Amino acid sequence: MIGGRRSPRRFAAYAVTLLVLSTGLLLGAAGFDVRSAFVALVRGSAGSWYALGSGTLVRATPLILTGLAVAVAFRAGVFNIGAEGQFLVGAAAGAAVALSMRSLPAIALIPAVLLAGVLAGAAWAWVAAVLRTRFHVLEVISTIMLNFIAAYLVSYLVRGPLQEPSHVNPQTETIVVAARLPRFGAATRLHLGFGIAIAACLGAWWAIRYTAAGFRLRVAGANAHAARSAGLIDVERVTTRAFLISGGVAGLAGAIEVSGVTYALYENISPGYGFTAIAVALLARLNPAAVIVTGILFGALEAGASAMQRDAGVPSVVVSVVEAGIILALVAVERARRASSTGVSE
Amino acid sequence: MSAAANAFLEATVRTATPLALAAMGELVVERAGVINISLEGVIAAGAFGALVGATHAGVAGGFFVAMLFGVALALVFALFTIWLRADQIITGTAVTLLAVGLTGTLYRALYGAAGAALSIRTIGSLRIPGLSALPLIGPGFFDQPATTYAVYILVPVMWWWMYRTHAGLAVRAVGESPAAAEAAGIRVDRVRLLALLFGGAMGGLAGGTLVLAQAGTFAEGMSAGRGFIAIAIVVLGRWHPGGVALAALVFGGASALQFLLQALGLALPYQLFLALPYLLTLAALAGVAGRVRAPAALARADDTYGT
Repeated sequence: MIGGRRSPRRFAAYAVTLLVLSTGLLLGAAGFDVRSAFVALVRGSAGSWYALGSGTLVRATPLILTGLAVAVAFRAGVFNIGAEGQFLVGAAAGAAVALSMRSLPAIALIPAVLLAGVLAGAAWAWVAAVLRTRFHVLEVISTIMLNFIAAYLVSYLVRGPLQEPSHVNPQTETIVVAARLPRFGAATRLHLGFGIAIAACLGAWWAIRYTAAGFRLRVAGANAHAARSAGLIDVERVTTRAFLISGGVAGLAGAIEVSGVTYALYENISPGYGFTAIAVALLARLNPAAVIVTGILFGALEAGASAMQRDAGVPSVVVSVVEAGIILALVAVERARRASSTGVSE
Repeated sequence: MSAAANAFLEATVRTATPLALAAMGELVVERAGVINISLEGVIAAGAFGALVGATHAGVAGGFFVAMLFGVALALVFALFTIWLRADQIITGTAVTLLAVGLTGTLYRALYGAAGAALSIRTIGSLRIPGLSALPLIGPGFFDQPATTYAVYILVPVMWWWMYRTHAGLAVRAVGESPAAAEAAGIRVDRVRLLALLFGGAMGGLAGGTLVLAQAGTFAEGMSAGRGFIAIAIVVLGRWHPGGVALAALVFGGASALQFLLQALGLALPYQLFLALPYLLTLAALAGVAGRVRAPAALARADDTYGT
């Protein structure tokens, strides 16, 4: 398992160095103008208050939340790679509530939208939890299936019952103003969801570190067999809770995306947040507080990549290579450390 | 009606072909106790390899480079999971991202930023005399590109290899209990490496099929989830070659059905049929359709062999 407690800052420093080098090398080898690409990357992500707030931090919000979802699950030994599907059903449920309860005032409607997202995401993850605890189905496989089913569900909703009234475009109509998360000022696209994401991470960090439930979660993830043998922990119950919390957080991310950014539901509402989330969580060494930092880093990367494609003609998909490089480097460093410290592979 | 049925069968078999090819490779990988979720990336790399090979060395070169790229990517996965004993899920996620990023970037670098619509000659279909005249199934099953016939040949060969040869037994032993297999003198790491390379070649071939036998062009993201679908097919096929082929047909049929429904003008939500194979897979896993058991050592990086 990845997720010890050795200096996360140092790992992050390694990873960032690697990121800069590998991107430069790849782009240079592919014949692109590396210098102007980097200038565009920085300008697009942190070159101005607008780029930082409305680009990077808006993009970081779903990454922080889905990253948190993955981190909590992995900490408990649950390989939830279904954050993508949980995000989608959360977005769908949030949109459904926003559209159907449109007469409610904002003070009631916004919490209802977010709660619907949490519940839908948790319910989606619960299926995988039952399959694992009752039927010993690997959650890796079941969550992949559930991701597809969620995508088709959204596709059905936006072409069926939730389609906008003119029935032309495969999307819902725009949600009412009362269902939209407030923004931090008129000149920015940054919305309250970012604050919620930060609060969720800090809350999870505190709970995992200082509460009995957090202790049980860590023990179940570190060594389920020992935890079961010791008889102090009901591992199945802890596992199920980890699924529910993880799914709920990913579902919340979906509802926040609808309520804070897109204002509507459509098919490709997630450009793979649930998968990038795995990189976000691993780079944070599964520490919920560090997820804030790594989520913003990846948000900056993705926001900057759009500018890079626009200004320097560099395909934004190059970000995927950087993400892959980070994960693989972390895996390698982790294994080297473990081998040198214990002499055996666990 | 007959024309519609023929078109439906033809589309079913055509859609099932790359899925079956990739799933046959993944089947061997999983029977060896490894789950390679970067299969999605392997197919993407294969499709890109087919483009590169075909533009320089024709169709045969296309298939060769497609398999080569698939093997190369599988090698990266093997390096981390076998040599470093890294977690298979984490590594698989990273390798998929790597493949998506590399193919996207290199495609733009080699073939222009706009990604001009490149047209590649496809291998065309090969009508089998006699068999293609069979009523009902003839045109659908026996008037297809050569890669489809490769699947027909592969199913019995794989069954024989897996259950009637020492090599097949070794693979299954490694997937059930690596420690016991090792005690019996089987070199676990080598078996897993070879299984992964085979899986890479088959995934690459699946990607090559998409480009060289079907689309006749390359597009970013043209693997479109087929790697994950192939993993589902292995599960629904209960980790048996024949089951995998049937499961591939189920998935192929489900996506062909949406065109049939649209052609017939039925108002049923086609997404239901697309989602159905996944629901079936979950149900099969949960034991609704009898006992299904995964290889015991599947996806476990922490096996205590070779220490």
